[in-house]
Amino acid sequence: MRNRGGTLIGAAAILGSIIIFIIPFAFILITALKDKQQASLRDFSWPTSFHFWSNLVEVVKARDYMLITALVNSTILTVASVTLLVVLGAMVGFVMQRRPSVWTGVANFLVLAGLIMPPAVVPTIWTLQGLGLFKTLHGMILIEVAYGLAFSVLLFRAFVSTIPREIDEAAIIDGAGPLDLFFRIILPLLKPVIITVIVVQSVAIFNDFTNPLYYLPGKQNVTVQLTLYNFQSMFDTSYNLLFMNILIITIPPLIVFLFFNRQIVVGMTAGAVKG
Amino acid sequence: MTSLAASPAIGADRVRRRAVRTVYPNWFYLPAAVIYAVLFLFPTVASLFFSLTRWTLSEATFIGLDNFRQFFREPFLIQGLVNTLIYAVVTSGLKVVLGLLLGVLLTSEIIARDYLRSVVFFPVLVSTVGVGITFTVLMHPTGGLINQSLAAIGIEGPGWLTDPRFALLSVALVDVWKGVGLATVIYIAGIVSIPRDYYEAALIDGAGALQRFWNVTLPLARPATVTVVILSLIGGLRSFDLIWSMTRGGPGFTSDVIASVIYKQYQAGFYGLSTAGNVVLFVLVALMVVPLSAVLNRREVAR
Amino acid sequence: MTAHRMRLAALSAGAGLALAAMVSGPALAEEVTLSLLIDNGPQTVAAAEKVVEAFMAANPDIKVDIETRPGGGDGDNIVKTRLSTGEIGDVFLYNSGSLFQQINPQKYMVDLTAEPWQADIQPSFQNVVTAGGKVYGAPFQTAMGGGVLYNKKLYADLGLQVPKTWAEFMANNEKIKAAGKVPVIQTFKDTWTSQLFVLGDFFNVQAAVPTFAEDYTANKAKFATTPAALKGFEHQADVFKAGYLNKDFGAATFDDGLRMLASGEGAHYPMLTFALGAIQTANPDAVKDIGFFALPGDDAAKNGLTAWMPPGIYISNESEHVDAAKKLVAFIASKEACDLQTAAVGATGPYLVKSCALPADVPPMVSDLQAYFDKQGGAAPALEFVSPVKGPSLEQITVEVGSGIRSPAEGAALYDEDVKKQAQQLGLPGW
Repeated sequence: MRNRGGTLIGAAAILGSIIIFIIPFAFILITALKDKQQASLRDFSWPTSFHFWSNLVEVVKARDYMLITALVNSTILTVASVTLLVVLGAMVGFVMQRRPSVWTGVANFLVLAGLIMPPAVVPTIWTLQGLGLFKTLHGMILIEVAYGLAFSVLLFRAFVSTIPREIDEAAIIDGAGPLDLFFRIILPLLKPVIITVIVVQSVAIFNDFTNPLYYLPGKQNVTVQLTLYNFQSMFDTSYNLLFMNILIITIPPLIVFLFFNRQIVVGMTAGAVKG
Repeated sequence: MTSLAASPAIGADRVRRRAVRTVYPNWFYLPAAVIYAVLFLFPTVASLFFSLTRWTLSEATFIGLDNFRQFFREPFLIQGLVNTLIYAVVTSGLKVVLGLLLGVLLTSEIIARDYLRSVVFFPVLVSTVGVGITFTVLMHPTGGLINQSLAAIGIEGPGWLTDPRFALLSVALVDVWKGVGLATVIYIAGIVSIPRDYYEAALIDGAGALQRFWNVTLPLARPATVTVVILSLIGGLRSFDLIWSMTRGGPGFTSDVIASVIYKQYQAGFYGLSTAGNVVLFVLVALMVVPLSAVLNRREVAR
Repeated sequence: MTAHRMRLAALSAGAGLALAAMVSGPALAEEVTLSLLIDNGPQTVAAAEKVVEAFMAANPDIKVDIETRPGGGDGDNIVKTRLSTGEIGDVFLYNSGSLFQQINPQKYMVDLTAEPWQADIQPSFQNVVTAGGKVYGAPFQTAMGGGVLYNKKLYADLGLQVPKTWAEFMANNEKIKAAGKVPVIQTFKDTWTSQLFVLGDFFNVQAAVPTFAEDYTANKAKFATTPAALKGFEHQADVFKAGYLNKDFGAATFDDGLRMLASGEGAHYPMLTFALGAIQTANPDAVKDIGFFALPGDDAAKNGLTAWMPPGIYISNESEHVDAAKKLVAFIASKEACDLQTAAVGATGPYLVKSCALPADVPPMVSDLQAYFDKQGGAAPALEFVSPVKGPSLEQITVEVGSGIRSPAEGAALYDEDVKKQAQQLGLPGW
C-alpha cells in the first residue's frame, strides 16, 4: 500500500478530515475573535475586527475571575479522582479476574448496575451532608470515583485476563506478597489500559457538567463547565465570549492530549499483542 | 502460549490454589467497595423507596405502584422509548462501522497518518456541552454553516434540529462525530495486535485486500467490536447531555429519550415519578446489555 | 378583596414597626456574609449587582455574595434541590405565583408579613407571594405585560392600526406579509418563548369566562373543553398555518427574535415586556421604534392586558443571619433600590413598590404598558398568579402546536393531562 494508492487515499482522508473535523474547530476559533454583534449572527465569516485579547480578558475576568477558580478546581478534581479510579479500579479488576468467588458474581452485578443506573441526586446529597462532605472538593472527588468505578473495573478486568497467570506464579515463587505482586508487577503491565482509563475518565470528569451542578454548589466551588453559563442565559447569549470560553476550557484537555498523543495509541496497542 | 500453560500443569495447580488465597486478597475490593456503597449504592437503594411515594422532597406519601402506572401512561414515554432505542442503535452501529473503517485506514501506510489519528481523536476530548452549542449553531436551518454550504451548491438543507423527522438523527450524528475517535482507537489497538502471520498466510493463499479484511481483520478484531458495541450501546441508551444541550428533547417532544423524559419529571418536581422512571430505565438497559455482556463473557471463558 | 388586603397591609405595618424596634436593639456587632442566589439573566445580574453594591456601602458590616444559577426549568430544579437539602443560602430570588406555591413556602421561608416595608408594597404583589395567609417575599424588578411587541416604524410605513381583535391582527399580518416582511416572529429554540399565545390570552379567557381560574383550580374547567381557553392554542396554530412565521422559527432564539423585531425584519413578537431590557442592551437605538399591545381577543370592547408579576426575594429559614437578610430585603423593597434598578437596566414597567416612580421619559413600550395598568379593569394577572396549577410541559406543547406537529385541540387536551400530575403533587382537592 506504500504507493500512489496510499497517497491518494491519504489525501482524500486529509480533505475529509478538514471538512468534518477542522472546520467546526475553526468556527469556534473565529467566533471567539469577533465582537458581540458580529458573533451573534453565528455565521462562518471572517471577523470584521479582531477582539482576541479583549474577549479573552473579559472571559477570564468575568464574575470575579471565576474561570481561574474553575480551572484550578477542575484540575484538582480530575487529577485526584482519576488517580483513585486507576488504583482502586485496577485492584478490583485484578482480584475479580484472578479469584472467582461469590464476590465476583456480586461485583459483576454491581459493575453492571453502576454502568446503567442513573444516580439518585437528592439521597446522595443527604448522604454527603451526613458525612460533612457536601460542597467540598473531597466529596466531589469521591462522587466522581463512585460514578466512574464501574467503567474502570470493566476495562481493567477485561485487560487483566490478557496477562498470563504464569507471570503471577513466577513472582509468587520468588516470594512476592500481594502488594508487591500488584503494584510492582501487575500495575506496570496494565499500562495500556491505564492510559485508556486516564484518557477516557479525565475527559469525562473534566467535562462533567451535571454532577458538579448538584453536588458542588457555591461560588468558590465552580468547575469549568459551569462557566459556560456565564455567557449563555435564557435571555441573552454573548456568542463571542461563549466560544472564547469553550476555547479556553478545551486547552487543558488539548495539552493532555498533545502530551499523551503518541502514548494513547501506542500504549493501547503495546499490550494488546498478547491478547 | 497454549503449550506453555499446559506443560507444568501439576505444579502450577498447587501454586495456584495457594496463590488464590494469599496473593489475590479479597480486601482489594474494600476501598472501592466502600466508596461505591456509600455514595452510589446506598442513595440509589434509598431512592427506590421513593419511587413508591408521592414525594415533594419535604414529605413522601406512600402510593404503591401508582408512579409506575403513571410513568407508563406518560404520553411521550413510548416515543421516548423508541427514540432511545433508535439513538443507541444508530450511534453504536455507526461507531462500529466508521470506527472499523477508520481503524483499518489509520493502520495502513498512508500519508499524514499521525495527523489523521490525532484529528479523529480530538473531539473525544472536547466538552459535550461545548460540542452541543457549536453544532446547534452550525446546524441552524438558514444561517448555519452546513445549510449555507449546501445552498452554495444548490441544495436546500433540512432543518437539522427543527424538523421532527431529523432532530434525533442529527443529534445522533453529532454523538458519532464526537465519539468515533474512541472507537477508532480501540479498533487500531485491536487491528495492530493481529499477528502479521495471518495476513501473510492470506496473501500466500492469494486473498485480495477485501478478502483479507473480511476473513482476517474483521473476525480477529472481534474483541474490539464487542468493546465498542457495549460501551456505545450503554452510552447511547443513557445519553442525555448532548440531546439536552442541542434540542432539549424538541421540537416539542419529538427527540425526547427516556433520560430526558425522566429529567423533565424531576425538573417539574415529580420526584417519585422520576425515580420510578430511573428504575424503568435500569430494567430496560439491563435487558439489552446483560445478554450482550453474557456473550462477551462466554467468549472470554472459551478462550 | 382589595379592602381586605389594605387592612391586612396596614395591620402588618403596625406590627412590623413594633417588631423592628425590638430587633434593632442589639446591633449586629461583627461582620456577616450573606449569600444571594439569583438567576443569570443579564438584566437580573446587572440590577442585583447595582443594588447590592449600594446596600454594602450603606451597611459596611454586611457582605453580600451574589451567586447565579441558570433560569427556566434548570433553575427550578436547582432551587428545589437546594431547598430540600438546606443549601439554598440566605436570600434567594424565585418566581412568584404558582411556582412560588410549588416550593412549599411555609416550610422553607421566613415569614415577612410583619416587616414594616410591606406597607409600601402593592397588594397585587403581596397576593402572589402569600401562602397560608402569610407574606414571604419582596418584589424585585417590575411588573410585566404579556402580549405583542411590535415595530412602530413598520406600522407607520404600512399605515396599520394597533389591532383590538384577533381578526384585525390577522388582517394586519396579511398586509405585512404582502409587504415582504415577517408578520409574526417565533423563536422555538428558546422553548419558553412559545407560550405567549396561550398564557398571554388569559385576560380574554377570564373576560369570557370569569370563573375559569377558580374552576380550573378545582378541576372543573379544562382548556380543551372551554372554547374561550382553547382560543390561545388555536391562534398559535392559525399564525403557523397562514405562513406568517419567520422561516427559521424552529431554530431562532430569543435574541434573534428581538433582533428581527428591532431591525424591522419582523413586525410582531409575542413576548413579555421585560424584553425591553435586552433590547436596550443590544439595540439601544431601536427602543423608540418598539411598541406593545395586549393580545387581541374576539371582542374589541373587552380587550385588556394579561399582566405578570416580577419574581420575589425570599429569605431561607435556614439562614443564620436572618436579621442581616431582612435588612437586605428591606433595602431591595425600597424606593432607592427601584431607582438603582432603573439606573442599571432602564425602566421596563411599573414597580410594585408604591413609593417608586418611573422617570418622566419612558420608552414607548413602557408607556403603552402603563396605559393598560392605568385604565380601570384594563389589566388582569396571568393564570399562574391566580391559580397554583401550572403544568410543566406547556412550552413543549405550544412548540408542537405552533410548528404544526400537533393540532390545537390535541395540544390543549395534552396540557390538561400535564396539569393533572402537578395538581396531584400539590395535593389539591378535587384531583
